Amino acid sequence: MSGLIVLDYGGGNLKSVTNILDKLGYAYNLTDKKEDILESDRIILPGQGHFAQFMESLNSKGLTEALIHKINFGTPFLGICLGIQVLFEESEEAPGVKGLGIFPGKVVKFTEGKVPQIGWNELKITTNNTVLTNDYVYFVNSYHVIPENKQIISAFSNYYIDFVASIEYKNIFAFQFHPEKSGEVGFEFFRRWIEKN
Amino acid sequence: MLAKRIIPCLDVKDGQTVKGVNFLNLRHAGDPVSLSARYSEEGADEIVFLDITATNEGRDTMRNVVEKVAKQVFIPLTVGGGIRTIDDIRKILLSGADKASLNTAAVKNPEIIQKASQIYGSQCIVIAIDAKKENNEWFVYINAGTKKTEWKVLDWVKEVEKLGAGEILLTSMDADGTQNGFDIELTRAVSLNTNLPVIASGGAGADMEHFSDIFEQGAADAALAASIFHFDTVKINDLKNFLYNKGVPTRLK
Repeated sequence: MSGLIVLDYGGGNLKSVTNILDKLGYAYNLTDKKEDILESDRIILPGQGHFAQFMESLNSKGLTEALIHKINFGTPFLGICLGIQVLFEESEEAPGVKGLGIFPGKVVKFTEGKVPQIGWNELKITTNNTVLTNDYVYFVNSYHVIPENKQIISAFSNYYIDFVASIEYKNIFAFQFHPEKSGEVGFEFFRRWIEKN
Repeated sequence: MLAKRIIPCLDVKDGQTVKGVNFLNLRHAGDPVSLSARYSEEGADEIVFLDITATNEGRDTMRNVVEKVAKQVFIPLTVGGGIRTIDDIRKILLSGADKASLNTAAVKNPEIIQKASQIYGSQCIVIAIDAKKENNEWFVYINAGTKKTEWKVLDWVKEVEKLGAGEILLTSMDADGTQNGFDIELTRAVSLNTNLPVIASGGAGADMEHFSDIFEQGAADAALAASIFHFDTVKINDLKNFLYNKGVPTRLK
């Protein structure tokens, strides 16, 4: 099971992701090295924090191009929370800062209700979904993505408006919620994702 | 629609769960790791640990507890009690907590809210407030409810929101330990006065309407309780079915 990396971008809570991998008994490499990214055969990008700091951290460690290359090359990729947002071109959280730009589109802030949204919200999956069901999952977010290509959306959820909860496109799975904090639903997802890839 | 959260709270002293009545009379309620796993299975939406140990050795024990729980239980974990510095926050997050809850330290040194939220993000900084009513005003108490401060609760809530707090854990000292129901008046006043999610705490008893009342009338985003869950007075899955049937947005397992 070698070749699974969890990208350590220098912030946020990686432990909850690695705890799940430990419990499932899967080996992984927690790394911030470019060579490890290039040699990896599966990538998990957990994310919490600020869009600008996140991109700055990737840029300063020289990881950005390697990551874009691997994702576009077809390496199974799982992005979580900020890890879905940075796949897009830009975010209202950090005007002028370029995201990875894997997908055309942008990241915008919730304009209604208490922000951040904190808690369990219900998924409404689309037909473009092979891994999720209409369960409650755990969200902590102030921002959400707006993809130009609506075909990549794999689930919505509702917080005053319908927002994109997950996307699925070829090798790419990315979630606005935290599967590593979503109890059994999340646990099962990790198991399936790893066994499938 | 975002679900209302049910949060069991574990008061932990020297690695064991205890529960006080009116902040006194501690009695043992069991091993925090197995209790957490049980609560998660029954549908708890989150777990709060309150470290009521006073010593440094106790703090290390608490971190070990969190570390063990985080390896078994994959729902959000919040830790409070004795967290005074940025380094304390860092350590507790590293041990696997998702949020750190500050009380006395935030009142004594409000800058820590700003610093901590800049470093770790607002979402992991919870401000715990112990509130008590006097002459028609709620005041903030610190040092585990033993010391009154000058802060009025509604002003303090505004202040912590401005400084970058992510959530309010609001304990009514008047209701705590009574099991006569949450403090609806206090919770509603705070919740309508802030853009932060509010966790209501103190007063939950055997009557499950205490919970539907605090959500429907008290405008709480989450409700926290300890002894009624520890001693099986109320089972979390029964409570959630009750809330669901009452039309409260609820996550069922």
